[in-house]
Amino acid sequence: MPVEAIEPIAVEEPEKEYLWTLNFGPQHPATHTTLRLILTLDGETIVNAVPDIGYLHSGFEKLGEDLNYNQYVTIVDRMNYISPVANEIAWHHVVEKLLGIELTPRCKYIRTLFAELMRLHDHLLCIGAAALDLGGFTAFLYAFYQRELIYDMCETASGQRFHPSYTRVGGLMYDVDDAFVQKVRSFVNGFPKAYHDIVRLLNRNRIFIERTRNVGVLSKEDAINLSCTGPIARASGVVRDLRKDEPYLAYKDFDFKIVCGTAGDCYARYLVRMEEMLESLQIVDQAIENLPGGPVNVDSQSKVVLPEQLSTYRSIESMIQHFELVMPNRGFEAPRDELYGAIESPNGELGFYIVSDGSERAYRARTRPPSFIHFAIFPHLIKGHQLSDVVAVLGSLNIIAAELDR
Amino acid sequence: MSHENTLRVLQERFGAGGFTTSEFRDNFRVIVTPSQLYAVLECLKQACGFIMLIDITAADYLHYPDARDRFGLIYSLLNIGTGERFYVKTYVNEPDLTLPSAFPLWHGADWMEREVFDMYGILFDGHPNLRRILMPEEFTAYPLRKDYPLRGRGERHNFPVITRAEG
Repeated sequence: MPVEAIEPIAVEEPEKEYLWTLNFGPQHPATHTTLRLILTLDGETIVNAVPDIGYLHSGFEKLGEDLNYNQYVTIVDRMNYISPVANEIAWHHVVEKLLGIELTPRCKYIRTLFAELMRLHDHLLCIGAAALDLGGFTAFLYAFYQRELIYDMCETASGQRFHPSYTRVGGLMYDVDDAFVQKVRSFVNGFPKAYHDIVRLLNRNRIFIERTRNVGVLSKEDAINLSCTGPIARASGVVRDLRKDEPYLAYKDFDFKIVCGTAGDCYARYLVRMEEMLESLQIVDQAIENLPGGPVNVDSQSKVVLPEQLSTYRSIESMIQHFELVMPNRGFEAPRDELYGAIESPNGELGFYIVSDGSERAYRARTRPPSFIHFAIFPHLIKGHQLSDVVAVLGSLNIIAAELDR
Repeated sequence: MSHENTLRVLQERFGAGGFTTSEFRDNFRVIVTPSQLYAVLECLKQACGFIMLIDITAADYLHYPDARDRFGLIYSLLNIGTGERFYVKTYVNEPDLTLPSAFPLWHGADWMEREVFDMYGILFDGHPNLRRILMPEEFTAYPLRKDYPLRGRGERHNFPVITRAEG
């Protein structure tokens, strides 16, 4: 019996009622940190995303007005706790710019070395966690083993693994010793193998590529208009890196390249971070092999660093200076003015705006946190993509909620 | 990095007496009135190539020595082509804490202005979504103002507690 042709089901243009709302976070394994997204979904397609932040807001900038220039470093390294020393270097870079202090060559090299170790630290976490969310558990383990070695170096240099608080105005807490140099050398030798393991696991991994390529595309114009900096802007073709454009510390002495992409998608951001790690390793290698001798702190006559312990006990001038620096309502004499300074942190431009009223503490200590600026572009990147792409985009932006909320 | 060209363009447009300048280390600032602000920012973006907004922030000069105005707003701009940085500063006083929003020029201003509003209570006219961003919605004070105490006013202890049975 022939089948009668039936009327095709008329596809009506449905009302917007079928859209449904999904709450993502604040505690979700794939956010990695405490942030919340309110997603409006059409099936699995994201129509709108509203970030809701502030869960970790702890008033760091208010504290910056209450603690002096040395004390605030302990708060600063809790901002982006994935690369703590980079924050400390940024903070003291701006403070030293305000006070007009020129660092010693050895201090510059050690700080540069640490800044690049922190870049490796941060990129390893970003890549490892992104791979973990996208199903590449092994790469995560390889990345985290290397991070553990960097934690060991922090411990050797400062006595603290997670929050070293390593820099001081005009210098560092301690000079580095031979054990540290040995650790860095063995890390420089061992890292390429782990790096190539990660490359072999991810770069041509079909699942990883399918889930990151053409996902979360950021054009060059949008990257500039939305204030993006760092690897995220460079993956979109913005050729800008403060290490080359405004050389600070000892970056002028080193041979390295700026890595840029053009695609602007999650895969390009991943590749930019991977290549940057090799360049950072080169800088680490050059810095550790050419480490200059001499003191690590500026001359104690400049009245910003504590005098050596022995001379504090043996000479009256040093003792007075120690007293002046340690007692409240004394200490640093800053010019009464305000300024902005920034460094290229692993995530982008990390700047501080300090308003000084001439006292030993900042009148206003504004942070320009790259995570905050980059999370603002998230709705722009995710619209029109699938629900499962949320973790890919989040992973490629490397949002650290402690820095996001401060 | 010279600021002469930028300054000349601004002087041609707004007159030599239209604003004051100041310099400290490598920071070069122009200080403008709130009514000029949007025109200056627009001129800097369109005519001087400052296509990137780095930061918007504010400071409360309540206890600052010799300060005449209450709030200062600082716009940090960047010319990507030449690497030149430029700072625009303006002052606002109570009761009129309203400024034009920079959102039409740079979409990156969205969250920066929301943060300034959240922390200082400065309103941005023309902002698409001026809500609190870091503090909870029901918060009434502006915590980074200098007359707000460091340890708060007891808000932390008086937050409504939702028990498991109610939630």
